[in-house]
Amino acid sequence: MREILRHPTGLAGALMLSLVLTAALVGSLIAPYDPQLFHPIARLQGPSTTHWLGTDQFGRDILSRILNGAWATVSFGVTATVLGVAAGAAVGMTAGLIGGAVDNVIMRIVDGVLAVPDLLFTLLIVTVLGGGTGHAMLAVAVAFTPGMARIARSAVLSVRTREYVQAAVARGESTGYVLVREVLPNAMGPLIVEATIRVSFAIMLGATLGFLGLGAQPPSTEWGLMIAEARQFMFRNPWAVIAPGAAIAVAAMGFNLFGDALRDVMDPRGRRR
Amino acid sequence: MLLVLLIVSFTVFAITQILPGNAAVMILGEYATPDQIAVLEQELGLTRPWHVQYFDWLGRILTGDWGMSMRLSTPVASVIGEAFWRSAALAAAALVTVTLIAIPLGVIAALKRGTVTDLGISTLAYLGTAVPEFVTATVLLVFLAAPERGWFPAGGFVPPAQDLLASLHHMVLPAATLALILTAHISRQVRSEMSEVLASDHVRAARLKGLPEGAVIRRHALPNAMAPAVAVISLDVGYLLGGIIVVEEVFAWPGLGRTMIYALQNRDLPVIQAVTLVLATVYAISNLISDMVIAALDPRVRYA
Repeated sequence: MREILRHPTGLAGALMLSLVLTAALVGSLIAPYDPQLFHPIARLQGPSTTHWLGTDQFGRDILSRILNGAWATVSFGVTATVLGVAAGAAVGMTAGLIGGAVDNVIMRIVDGVLAVPDLLFTLLIVTVLGGGTGHAMLAVAVAFTPGMARIARSAVLSVRTREYVQAAVARGESTGYVLVREVLPNAMGPLIVEATIRVSFAIMLGATLGFLGLGAQPPSTEWGLMIAEARQFMFRNPWAVIAPGAAIAVAAMGFNLFGDALRDVMDPRGRRR
Repeated sequence: MLLVLLIVSFTVFAITQILPGNAAVMILGEYATPDQIAVLEQELGLTRPWHVQYFDWLGRILTGDWGMSMRLSTPVASVIGEAFWRSAALAAAALVTVTLIAIPLGVIAALKRGTVTDLGISTLAYLGTAVPEFVTATVLLVFLAAPERGWFPAGGFVPPAQDLLASLHHMVLPAATLALILTAHISRQVRSEMSEVLASDHVRAARLKGLPEGAVIRRHALPNAMAPAVAVISLDVGYLLGGIIVVEEVFAWPGLGRTMIYALQNRDLPVIQAVTLVLATVYAISNLISDMVIAALDPRVRYA
């Protein structure tokens, strides 16, 4: 951790992350207004001392809505990623450990799914399942699974031939035991790094789905949805679209920078010269 | 590549026709009665075993029979044919811009490592990768398409045959949105490749034998940094294909992406399947081309 903070991009990432996490945890408590409170007289105002980031088309305070929506954004990104990593790790590690024909078939399927762009794949799944935050989360998780499977598999292949894994197999332990007790702890590193960076993609995908009306539904304060709702009025009050846009950027960048720094710290060979 | 496309076709088929919430439910909507669904399933042949359905479907796709759009009552092929070329024009404009901007930016950042120039370029690159397409698009609109300034149209499409200048004018903002995001990503990759090459032994050897710096970079460093850059650009075609969906929607650009969103919102199954297959095919072909370019640039790959 200390090493990450000494890393310049790591420090920037950590600062942004703590900003976003603080907003997510206590945002609703420190928000100056009720995020859902209509204020018809004060519609589409620019920033002022009473409304720091202005108001939207219903006179709702934008700062309060952004603070309120931080939890939705962070929890979406983290949950979708964790689900995707778990599923990907299960698939990839099984393929890597068993090897042979099973491995071949699984990895060919992974290749095929990876040939469909993430966003397109997510859109397909959301359409079949129907919109909403839960389904959007599931769709992002499914879209992440093949990529994570590939990383998990290569991590397993690099530890599979080690003595301690061979010893466990020779002891007659079950495949499940070997995976969870011997392989997983040693293959965790690359998975954690990849997962941290993926959270930023998950946040962006979630916001995009919200923007397209396929994720979070009104009156949610999800940031992508906020932009979609205010888009009609963007020339009258640009703050209503720029502020949530900036919030998405800070959240995504925080996870991205932090993940990059984590990779550098955990793998000294990749450290920048 | 053919194998990959076969798997893609199966994935698309599986998601849209086998999973619960299948075609019949999608066509009738969520308020259909079970009886209605059963009848339509029979009509569409959805009660047959899935492998029979799949090969039947695949056979029709391969012979060029892509079915009829359910909403527009026109053949799918004609719906997406025109849209394809409009998207291709947008994507090509973005890719050319990116290649012209991103590679020099990355090289400059690598050459000026650790200076303010490098920091600036790298910061912009990080920012570019952390902003989703729809945010970039909206911000560009707010600043450059405000009605009182009227610098750029807020969206829409003008056929080039009708008015070439207006057509290009409408293309600037959507293409710029795609280009900004790709530039961020590619310049970052080029910078890290170039830094690595600059620190390598053969570049040091070239410097030590007294070559002027320009020759060292052009003859010894650049060619070695280019192969990975090409690989990244081809990977980014995948981003581009996803991004184009959102960008076309924001700018009301009547291409494949907008067709896709329309089809998704209206549950127009044949169109959804066709667009997905087309996009995946384009991606697969771009990967193939990049493999060939890399082989041409890098003798080690060619002879391996």
